[in-house]
Amino acid sequence: MLVRSLKNAVLAAAVFALAGCQGGVLDPKGQVGLDEKNLIIISTVLMLLVVIPVIVMTLYFAWKYRESRDHEIYAPKWAHSTKIEAIVWLVPVAIILVLGVITWRSTQALDPYKPLAHKEKHLTVEVVSLNWKWLFIYPEQGVASVNELVIPADVPVKFKITSESTMNSFFIPQLGSQIYSMAGMETTLHLIANEPGTYDGYSANYSGAGFTGMKFKTVATDKAGFQHWIDSVKQDDDKLDSATYAELAKPSENHPVEHFGSVSGSLFHDIMYKYMKNYNDWNKNSPKAESEHSISENSAADHDAADAERS
Amino acid sequence: MSLLGKLSLDAIPYHEPIIMGTLAVVGIAGIAIAIAITRHKQWGVLWNDWITSVDHKRLGVMYILLALIMLVRGFSDAIMMRTQLALATNGAEGYLPPEHYDQIFTAHGVIMIIFMAMPFMIGLMNIALPLQIGARDVAFPFMNNLSFWLTAGGAVLINLSLGLGEFAKTGWLAYPPLSEQSFSPGVGVDYYIWALQISGVGTLLTGVNFLVTVFKMRAPGMKLMDMPIFTWACTWANVLIVASFPILTAVLGLLALDRYFDFHFFTNAAGGNAMMYINLFWAWGHPEVYILVLPAFGVFSEVISTFTGKRLFGYKSTVLASGAISILGFIVWLHHFFTMGSSANVNAFFGVMTMIIAVPTGVKLFSWLFTMYRGRLRITVPVLWTLGFMVTFTIGGMTGVLLAVPGADYVLHNSLFLIAHFHNTIIGGAVFGYMAGFAYWFPKAMGFHLNERIGKASFWCWLIGFYVAFMPLYVLGFLGMTRRLNHTNNPDWNIWLYLACIGAFIILVGIVLQFVQLYLAFRDREKNRDLTGDPWNGHTLEWSTASPPQFYNFAKVPQVRDLDAFTDMKEQGTAYKKPDSYAPIHMPKNTASGVLMAGAATLFGFAAIWHITWLAVVGLVGTVVFLLLRAYDNDVDYYVQPDEVERIESLHLNQVKEATA
Repeated sequence: MLVRSLKNAVLAAAVFALAGCQGGVLDPKGQVGLDEKNLIIISTVLMLLVVIPVIVMTLYFAWKYRESRDHEIYAPKWAHSTKIEAIVWLVPVAIILVLGVITWRSTQALDPYKPLAHKEKHLTVEVVSLNWKWLFIYPEQGVASVNELVIPADVPVKFKITSESTMNSFFIPQLGSQIYSMAGMETTLHLIANEPGTYDGYSANYSGAGFTGMKFKTVATDKAGFQHWIDSVKQDDDKLDSATYAELAKPSENHPVEHFGSVSGSLFHDIMYKYMKNYNDWNKNSPKAESEHSISENSAADHDAADAERS
Repeated sequence: MSLLGKLSLDAIPYHEPIIMGTLAVVGIAGIAIAIAITRHKQWGVLWNDWITSVDHKRLGVMYILLALIMLVRGFSDAIMMRTQLALATNGAEGYLPPEHYDQIFTAHGVIMIIFMAMPFMIGLMNIALPLQIGARDVAFPFMNNLSFWLTAGGAVLINLSLGLGEFAKTGWLAYPPLSEQSFSPGVGVDYYIWALQISGVGTLLTGVNFLVTVFKMRAPGMKLMDMPIFTWACTWANVLIVASFPILTAVLGLLALDRYFDFHFFTNAAGGNAMMYINLFWAWGHPEVYILVLPAFGVFSEVISTFTGKRLFGYKSTVLASGAISILGFIVWLHHFFTMGSSANVNAFFGVMTMIIAVPTGVKLFSWLFTMYRGRLRITVPVLWTLGFMVTFTIGGMTGVLLAVPGADYVLHNSLFLIAHFHNTIIGGAVFGYMAGFAYWFPKAMGFHLNERIGKASFWCWLIGFYVAFMPLYVLGFLGMTRRLNHTNNPDWNIWLYLACIGAFIILVGIVLQFVQLYLAFRDREKNRDLTGDPWNGHTLEWSTASPPQFYNFAKVPQVRDLDAFTDMKEQGTAYKKPDSYAPIHMPKNTASGVLMAGAATLFGFAAIWHITWLAVVGLVGTVVFLLLRAYDNDVDYYVQPDEVERIESLHLNQVKEATA
């Protein structure tokens, strides 16, 4: 009994706290997050249809058929009932059937790769996880920032995500879904902020010593605010090119917010393809080709070549 | 490369007070135990009766002893993590910098899964399974001893990392590229690889051994569908072991090739692909959780059926449900990484497959419920664990199905919600099951009873502690807190982090009480002898033997006519009957080969970790030489003569007569 009341108290406290608290996945500020919150609630309610009876029956049966109540019918050899067995197979099947349909549909609808249905065009942001900070490149605006993501509210955003080194997960709980960032690969995530505000962003996948400091603020503003921010970043003299990127890629912890007024156009592409480039030369080069140092140099050299070609 | 490879005196962390303190305590305890053994002249007993024993019952006891020691180690890690997170709020740094903290959470995961839960499960299986099917030992008794020592060798390696070098700072999954040489140049990941490889081989051999035992050594009359339900549950788990552990061995082998010989299976560069590791790892990792939990389900079935004094409801359904869980367990691995960018169709498929597992699991819950129905439930310690499990696991199952919905997983993945979920199923499912099995078979294995009062107190501490420790983690997951953070700075999270820490301390009391219970049981063992061998009025054959069972288990191999074989014998009046004559019993001899082979293999692992080439060769050659010596040894068995059997059996039967008179 103690346990039951304790558990109820904890659950009640949880519900209360969740209703009162700001932030987190049950306080979504974007359409994707809202849909996912509803999905969580619907699925939970559906499962409680079985879970609550099972818990109640467990405690009730344990009490009702306890040894000291010997006037209850005792049937030591009773071990089979086709009727009961049919019910215990069919009821879970029915619930899982419903849940399965919900799952199939919601998974299609919430596919992170699927562009959001919205009157506005998607803003593209390229996201690179580095040890241990986030780089956000705005290819259409030609600027970049570290550990600060500014987006216009009520405009869908397409995030193209990759990693410089280890695997991370790009996650803004109040906006919805997360996706891994992996070196040499591009993953895609579509999110939207329904209203202006500042939302915490994290890496949800452990990536080494400085992982805890890999957080950023997501600022959703109105369009004018966003344009204003872009303009102010453009004032910044720092240019993000292969050389400054190599500097940025060196491991650092709790990296401060940093802005770059201009970005070389192919940077995201180069970061992603550097592991595939020179693929055939790998055996000829140092066998330790993966060490960060040589990769950075390599990439810098490639990039300079690319720049030269363009000019 | 020097003679000692990477090893030097710098590998000892002199400057770390926590580690040096721990080592001092371990050292003093070790010396104290050694002195005690010497004073009581027990070294011979230890070597002859335990270390070299091929008796499945003694190996079972040693497995559980290993599991309890590792529980203390793994739980120390847990309580350090929880206190760190309770202290490091509002931007404070706490007392464990990432350098330490990251090793601790990795060690906690590896130890609890591989060196606590697995040995506990295999220990219970060793004690009960051969007895349940009326066998005199397992199919390959020497291999059983080898399996144990390989597991123990892995445990030695992982604990060595505490005082010599470092452990992996990668999380217990050791995902590349983080676990590759370029990002983890230390010896930590190598400790991880070799501890898992060596113990993994031991586990694989156990799986093979018990499958053959079950298929070839059942008592006459016992068809497969007459096997006790715990045996069936273990059999499914062994099928999973045999099918999945080779995947682990292979994937760790590939990672080792990457780290040692500059291969590039999982590297970023040169066409490596870390996603391959993640897929392969979980192709083992998901079946692994069913390997842990299915035998626990088996324990609950035995406990409920015994203590209600009833047959198990829906035996066939339960066996089939376990089989369905095992097979489905192999086609759901992708749900561990819905967020890796698979297409909607792939994610949806694996989501739905995962949910389907809830159906057979639900069937099992109903089987326990309807076994209670119209029974007479004695509320003993094993029953308390079972009831606690049925309530707790149902919640864990629900959150598991929720995580199987990809759309929900996109926001809950890698959050503390996930941590709460798998502790909910592994503690509330597997560990509660092992605790139930521990209390249930303890009198059988040791010959005396545990202390019921302290056992109940321990249960309540575990149960309450569990809820206080892990329900807040569900909340924290909803509040957006991700796993493996070293410190936090979010005032909304604080209260839940404090609560979780309190919960961990309540569980600590539960663990301490388990040891108090063991101490009291040993102290009062003469008073609490189990003389009949059947303390609970059991259904299955293990209860027809003495407690502890005769070393040959059965003087005469029983003839089985019914699912509840021993209940049937008691009802027919054939139990405790002395046969007209005894035949000689063929038994395996004890051997030091197992401990020597595993010792050499562990030496190889140690040498590989520190890149000491010559020692690695010594270890490898030693392993093979000891194996060959054993293979050509013909002096491996003997016969127990009928008069010896007669003497032991009369003693037991007289004891039973006196106790029941």
